[in-house]
Amino acid sequence: MLAIDGWFLIEDGLTYLLGSRCGDCGTIAFPPRPSCGHPRCAGTIPAPVRLSRTGTLWSYTNACYPPPPPFAAAEPYRPVTLAAVELDGLVVLGQVRDLTVADLRVGMTLELTSGPLADGPLIWMWGAPR
Amino acid sequence: MSVVVLGVGLHPWGKWGKPFQEYGVAAARAALADAGLHWTDIQYVVGADTIRNGYPGFVAGATFAQALGWNGASIASCYAACASGAQALDIARARILAGLCDVALVVGADTTPKGFFKPVGGDRPDDRDWLRFRLLGATNPAYFALYARRRMARYGDTPADFAAVKVKNARAGARNPNARYRAEVTTEQVLTSPMVADPLRLMDICATSDGGAAVVLCSPAYARRHGGRQVTIAAVSTVTPTFPQADLDLPMIASETVPQPEHGFKTALIRAAYEEAGIGPEELSLAEVYDLSTALELDWCEDAGLCPRGEAAQLLRSGETALGGKRPVNPSGGLASFGEAIPAQALAQLCELTWQLRGTAGARQVDSARIGLAATQGLFGHGSAIIART
Repeated sequence: MLAIDGWFLIEDGLTYLLGSRCGDCGTIAFPPRPSCGHPRCAGTIPAPVRLSRTGTLWSYTNACYPPPPPFAAAEPYRPVTLAAVELDGLVVLGQVRDLTVADLRVGMTLELTSGPLADGPLIWMWGAPR
Repeated sequence: MSVVVLGVGLHPWGKWGKPFQEYGVAAARAALADAGLHWTDIQYVVGADTIRNGYPGFVAGATFAQALGWNGASIASCYAACASGAQALDIARARILAGLCDVALVVGADTTPKGFFKPVGGDRPDDRDWLRFRLLGATNPAYFALYARRRMARYGDTPADFAAVKVKNARAGARNPNARYRAEVTTEQVLTSPMVADPLRLMDICATSDGGAAVVLCSPAYARRHGGRQVTIAAVSTVTPTFPQADLDLPMIASETVPQPEHGFKTALIRAAYEEAGIGPEELSLAEVYDLSTALELDWCEDAGLCPRGEAAQLLRSGETALGGKRPVNPSGGLASFGEAIPAQALAQLCELTWQLRGTAGARQVDSARIGLAATQGLFGHGSAIIART
């Protein structure tokens, strides 16, 4: 089960973020938008688009204390690592899988993967390139 | 024509655990006394809303008016995240400038829960604020930490630079009877406080506080009849970002473009205020900026044009932004000393500007203060920049 519908998909073991691309002006957005975000664009219905599966680490941090609900914190709690990754002209946040802040540096390449939230559903995650 | 700040008042910041309206009423009474007016003189009341205190918080203008005793004034309430107080002020200002009233009272107050701010209750998967917690566990400090890490990577700032902001602001806050934290701190204390969101530690991040602030605004003609040294509002900027927004902004999960601080939202907010006031950063005597984290104060210094991009840590080390420096930043002690009481905070900033411009700021007085800037940024494209002058 995916933690949210329409924002990402997993196909043949590969995870893809799903953005939207405006048919009129080409603006790419994540998460997908129901209409174009460009203020001068009347925006036909933007089409879904798969975003790049790798990107450059823009910034990163971790959550040393359990975030409050609706986040489902694992017990015992292990700090969640967060990455902001630049791809396709955007920066997209995500949890980081199997890496801590000590393993990360701004400018490195990360690849999209997925993993479970503590209560089960799958979410996209950033990980080391395979 | 510029509206006049006739009176200001605060309820001290803290974690008092009382209903928010009590802080608002105390602040309102202080502002009315400062203005030399009675509550029944007020023609228009604007309340800045609090979203964590139920229905009375959503209709703050009416809540404060009832608590002070219905006086038949016209009322409004507004919510604009951290800029709520500034938008409430702008609504009152517009009403006065339109000639629809002569004197208005603007009030903001909050009672905050312990710990991280979290989304208001219920399952709301269409709400970005709910989703960033649900999907990522991305608290407010997580975003502040992403910005701080960027400064380290891009400009070579260090955790010790961030700690120095806290040391500076704690020193100012120690001289402010309305501040919640009134003890000076050392760099070592900051650097050994618990890590919350790497690279930010507990003492790098502002607390959530209870507090209340109020401002009495009036027309110049009304002010002339009531005397006193005049502080006027030269600008209130509440512009939205422009597409593509060049920030990774709370509570968004992705940006609209690769962030560029020189085209960022905070820069745009302040530029609009400079344009309205017809001044530039070099004319400022002081600035109150929204230091949700220590590192964020450094961003603000650059966004306000107090120094070139990337040089805010150097500006800090020069002492220019400390009390006694050429252009103090957060002479009140800032959020580092107050913590955040969301709807009251922008108004509290204006209270500080007013005391500084009147020359009545006591032990934290900025020499010959003539023009002050106060700036906030909050969730969902809200922010503000206010310029006040003598």
